[in-house]
Amino acid sequence: MRAGQLPRWADYGLMPAINVVAAFLVSGLVVLLIGENPVEAVRILVWGALGWNEGIGFTLFYATNFIFTGLAVAVAFHAGLFNIGGEGQAYLGGLGVALACLALDRFVPWWVTLPVAVAGAAAAGALWALVPAYLQARRGSHVVITTIMFNFIAASLMVYLLVNVMAKTGSMQPETRTFEAGGRLPLLQSILPGVDFGSAPVNLSFVLALLSCVLVWVLIWRTRLGYEIRTFGASPGAAVYAGISPVRITIVTMLISGGLAGMMAINEIMGSQHRLLIEFVSGYGFVGIAVALMGRAHPVGIVLAAILFGILYQGGAELAFEMPAITRDMIVVIQGLVILFAGALEHMFRPLLLRLFGIIAAPASKPA
Amino acid sequence: MNILLRAASLVAAMLLMPVAMSPALAEPALVYSVGGKFDGSFNEAAYRGAEAFREKTGESYRDFEIARDADSLPALRNFANRGYAPIVAIGFNQAEAVGAAAKAFPEARFSIVDMVVTAPNVRSVTFREQEGAYIAGLLAAMASKTGTIGFVGGMDIPLIRRFLCGYRQGAASVSKDVRVLFNMAGDTPAAFADPARGAELARSQIARGADVIIQAAGGTGIGVLQAAADAGKLGIGTDSNQNGLHPGKVLTSIRKRVDAAVLDNFLDELSGEWTPGVHVLGLKEGGMDWVIDANNRDLITADMEAAARRAEADIAAGRIIVHDMARDGSCAP
Repeated sequence: MRAGQLPRWADYGLMPAINVVAAFLVSGLVVLLIGENPVEAVRILVWGALGWNEGIGFTLFYATNFIFTGLAVAVAFHAGLFNIGGEGQAYLGGLGVALACLALDRFVPWWVTLPVAVAGAAAAGALWALVPAYLQARRGSHVVITTIMFNFIAASLMVYLLVNVMAKTGSMQPETRTFEAGGRLPLLQSILPGVDFGSAPVNLSFVLALLSCVLVWVLIWRTRLGYEIRTFGASPGAAVYAGISPVRITIVTMLISGGLAGMMAINEIMGSQHRLLIEFVSGYGFVGIAVALMGRAHPVGIVLAAILFGILYQGGAELAFEMPAITRDMIVVIQGLVILFAGALEHMFRPLLLRLFGIIAAPASKPA
Repeated sequence: MNILLRAASLVAAMLLMPVAMSPALAEPALVYSVGGKFDGSFNEAAYRGAEAFREKTGESYRDFEIARDADSLPALRNFANRGYAPIVAIGFNQAEAVGAAAKAFPEARFSIVDMVVTAPNVRSVTFREQEGAYIAGLLAAMASKTGTIGFVGGMDIPLIRRFLCGYRQGAASVSKDVRVLFNMAGDTPAAFADPARGAELARSQIARGADVIIQAAGGTGIGVLQAAADAGKLGIGTDSNQNGLHPGKVLTSIRKRVDAAVLDNFLDELSGEWTPGVHVLGLKEGGMDWVIDANNRDLITADMEAAARRAEADIAAGRIIVHDMARDGSCAP
């Protein structure tokens, strides 16, 4: 352990835990302020998310979305790129999934459709990241600006397609027809014997998400490309000096990032909704940024952070239901506090912890 | 360490204890759409209906705001589990969830507004918005001095397009030469909550000659009415009575009586007369109407009122068919 550094377990385990606890304490004060019992509120939240089978199912379902969008942001982070276009890339990913399902669902079983849908989702998401990537690499237009603008273009494109081209006639909801069995992923409870998640839509995509985590870990820490991505992220100048092409790395990283964001649509469209509909992304792309920040851009951290946000989403809905005084806007406040403490104020407790560890470690490091 | 572990597991056990369920009540329940309770439009109308029920009968009700579509089914199931009846879901985006919940709880009673769900325990309430829009177009065309009228919509979805088509048809019934300018505020739900953008679109339509502008844009529409009033032109309100926002500057308001639909649902349950089925409400059934009050009395001439009443009667009698664009996707009657 070098001076000024925490042991790894404290850095990756203790710090986030302290941040979450702090966020919950402040949230508790807010709950107290509106005249509800904060202990009871936390109990309902945790019970709603983890205390019963359907709650766990929903928590994992939301977590699946967050894992994909979190990984997308994390991969770009490693190259020093800030991809905040996950929202649009996931939206377009939905188009890729839907096209595959609509074309195949009547003829083949789901396991034939799945690889095509995955390819479609990744390709569509990657394509949506390509133009911002190219502009960044070749023209120096910052990806933060271009990716967020592409979110709006994605929304316009999808509304156009869903209202004018792909919609069922006679429906007020801009949506495609519902997929047949060949376009539906099996629920997790139908694959795993003895597991019952009630009516929760957690499905095979969760496994896909965990698999993606492993692949991202291999990519970033065990391949040559990953090494180049990290080098470029750490120091673009040094990367160029080492013969790494910044144009190539920027574009390739953004394509991978966009593809991962697009994969989120597998869970929502093929796993749960079974049809393409407007606004299905509804903020998962943006929460992915918080998930990646909190998970320190490491797949394990991302899974944990995704589950935490899954708990907040599912438990929050239960809380809003059980305590009418706590509206859904209050839930957003609580989620915001978690993001604030875990992301923005992440280093608030670090100096204190360092001193604490310094005191503990000091006697041990004295020469005998 | 051992004590710490034990304490931690104790805390965990406490947290994981099931939350006590409230006893079953025969209270009605309301699940708002994603826009939220106080969206100044659709959901708020439903809320007003439920509040009217509370005032009228002294009975209570429960409501719930979903944050995203996936929340809908758990909320409906939660209400059904605890014996709430009827459970009224607002908005087409809840149709899938209502269908699933109705199947899972065949003895519960559900209701959905703005979409048809076919099930033996579901009442579906939809509106012929185009009929109200027709009256608005007719009045706008008659009130216009420039022969150009405007339409500012929210998000570009069929619901809003249907309104636009009715508006155009109503205007064309006055004169084929009336020009209808139209803009949609955007392609995301934010398009229903952007008054600044609404005002901007209204100003650009005014610059192109429009002197009566209708808003079909929820919160965005507040900006439309403001811009029209500021420029000394006329606005037309929708969903609720917006005549009083700018007295003398709002020609009329076209109301969609979501409040009445909710109130009826709740009252029918109370009197034991709740029945499933499809209710399609237009001008004839009082599901759509337009408002004359002290704020716009001087703006509506006797001619205009007579023409609008005549059109209302003709629509009710089937002599005028207002085209429903959602049926075939085209605006032309």
